[in-house]
Amino acid sequence: MSGDILVRARDLSIEFVSPDATVQAVNGVDFDLAEKEALCILGESGSGKSVTLRSLLRLNPPKKTVMSGSLSVCGEDMLTISDAKLNSLRGRLVSMIFQEPMTALDPVFTIGRQIAETIIRHEGISRGEADRRALDLLELVQIPSAKRRLAAYPHELSGGLRQRAMIAIALSCRPKLLLADEPTTALDATVQIQVLLLLHKLQQELGMGIIFVTHDLGVAGEIADRIAVMYAGRFVEEGPVRDVMRQPMHPYTRGLLGATVHAGMRGKRLTTIPGAPPDLSDLPPGCAFAPRCSEATRSCTADVPALHKLGPERGARCVLVEDAA
Amino acid sequence: MSIAERLKQDLSELPDRGGPAQPLLIVRDLVKHFPIKGGLFGRSGMVQAVDGLDFEIRKGETLGIVGESGCGKSTASRLIMALLGMTRGEIIFDGEAVGSRALPLKEYRRQVQMVFQDSYASLNPRLTIEESIAFGPMVHGLARSAAIQRAHELLVAVGMAPGQFGRRFPHELSGGQRQRINIARALALRPRMLILDEPVSALDKSVEAQVLNMLVDLKDEFGLTYLFISHDLNVVQHIADRVLVMYLGRIAEIGPVDGIFDQPQHPYTQALLASRPSMDPDLRRTEPPITGDPPNPVNPPSGCRFRTRCRIAEDICAHSVPAMTTVQGLHQVACHAVEPESGHSLAPQEFAA
Repeated sequence: MSGDILVRARDLSIEFVSPDATVQAVNGVDFDLAEKEALCILGESGSGKSVTLRSLLRLNPPKKTVMSGSLSVCGEDMLTISDAKLNSLRGRLVSMIFQEPMTALDPVFTIGRQIAETIIRHEGISRGEADRRALDLLELVQIPSAKRRLAAYPHELSGGLRQRAMIAIALSCRPKLLLADEPTTALDATVQIQVLLLLHKLQQELGMGIIFVTHDLGVAGEIADRIAVMYAGRFVEEGPVRDVMRQPMHPYTRGLLGATVHAGMRGKRLTTIPGAPPDLSDLPPGCAFAPRCSEATRSCTADVPALHKLGPERGARCVLVEDAA
Repeated sequence: MSIAERLKQDLSELPDRGGPAQPLLIVRDLVKHFPIKGGLFGRSGMVQAVDGLDFEIRKGETLGIVGESGCGKSTASRLIMALLGMTRGEIIFDGEAVGSRALPLKEYRRQVQMVFQDSYASLNPRLTIEESIAFGPMVHGLARSAAIQRAHELLVAVGMAPGQFGRRFPHELSGGQRQRINIARALALRPRMLILDEPVSALDKSVEAQVLNMLVDLKDEFGLTYLFISHDLNVVQHIADRVLVMYLGRIAEIGPVDGIFDQPQHPYTQALLASRPSMDPDLRRTEPPITGDPPNPVNPPSGCRFRTRCRIAEDICAHSVPAMTTVQGLHQVACHAVEPESGHSLAPQEFAA
């Protein structure tokens, strides 16, 4: 793998504890992210993909969250990091963009003010210098008539422009790692592709690592180098984007690809995955997908399947997948 | 005896008045303008949400409406359902004007039912599933026991065990299950047409496929006609017979699904189709097919409303509204570049015989 490792997670587990129930949101996830690499975590709602992403900045509710395993981000151990170090990490080395820019942006400050605030906080430069940087950033994210838009409030912008403004804030301190939680899901089709291509271009130009969480296979196909498919808190399959899209190994990934409606399926019945994802406070034993899997055998419910390696970056957690010789 | 046949026994069957040649729904010059009043600085204006829709839905077909947010597709569905009063226009159901003496609203709403995107918000949280489904038939005069019996049959039709789910409340179900309940409830009055407003948009992919398959089955079983609204072109291509593409309150293009998807004529339809993520990492693009966001419907552009984002816009597009031009058969498009002798440099010239 080239370059430094930005993120290293080993046996990362995250539980949410409350008096009523313990929700096992993430159950032993291993992954690395190299510099300048784009990883896409693909999963349905409740698969633990957003929880995994938020744990990289410790954004999960502090009192209820129990993390175990190991997780290092930009060289910092995230399980023991101090609040002061966490504050200088957030926004400077690692930043995040969210699905709904209207709730992520502050409605009472102008876009320019919100960008400048981040830069002043981390780099201690003057207000005038920060304003100039803010203008550059709006131009970087291709906002038309950027100068005028600096003085705009979030509600005055369209959805696509708001999302671009949020990307500008996230990029304001040139982070090494960008975390993106479904940033294009709320956008219209013609705007979604613009924002995706912009993110891809900025990632290449600025040399950032990016972790992209999505439920949409098409989005993953446009932006990812590698894909990790998540189900019930585990990575059930991972690999380079081409391999996962063309030769999915895990029955869940195959089912997901079959169930995704795409061109040329008119008049045919869609293949479906029966049932619904499991309750994370009451996971089935062994492979969590076994109750919905058409190929499940008795051994599936005995133990959680080990990760079978098919190549240096390719693997699947399924008893039916054979290790590469 | 099938479920559909048994349901016909109570609540008298709705007659097909106009015969097979009569379109089930005709929408003529439908307009809805929302006034903007007051505000902090006394601004006023009109949101031209729907601005002159003309189309028909034939018996037994599925018409898909696609468009981006703000194009008026949901407003159109609410106007057709008579949940909103129209500014102007006419809606004719099976040959009778909606709201006329021949077809009063209560009777019309028995024949046309709606399923919304938000499966939770559209169910009463304090009614059990079977009570929610039985509510409509009871309003229309069915006894409670018979209505509950019908609810159980409908639960079976949407693939849910009545004994297991009938007494549950909406919050105890998953999104996919709730959407099945909404569909069952919509079918409870045995309507002839369903308006489905983004019915699968909030569902996970694996559940979306289940619900789409079920909608196809129910259409055959109950002899339904669908108006299917979605922003997802792939879903519309899968389920619709004809497609209507809307942009800022007007029809950009309408036609059979194959014509729209294989030979789109309007630059907007072309951009919309090209914006679909490719699913193939080798087909990645670097340039988006279209730039900018859809404009605000408060002050839409003059002439052709798409001209501000159109790559082939010319002067004529700002001055006159393009008329609907027939491309082939039922395929119609509103674009100056297709309309003969419109003054656009790409327009076909018609030769005098």
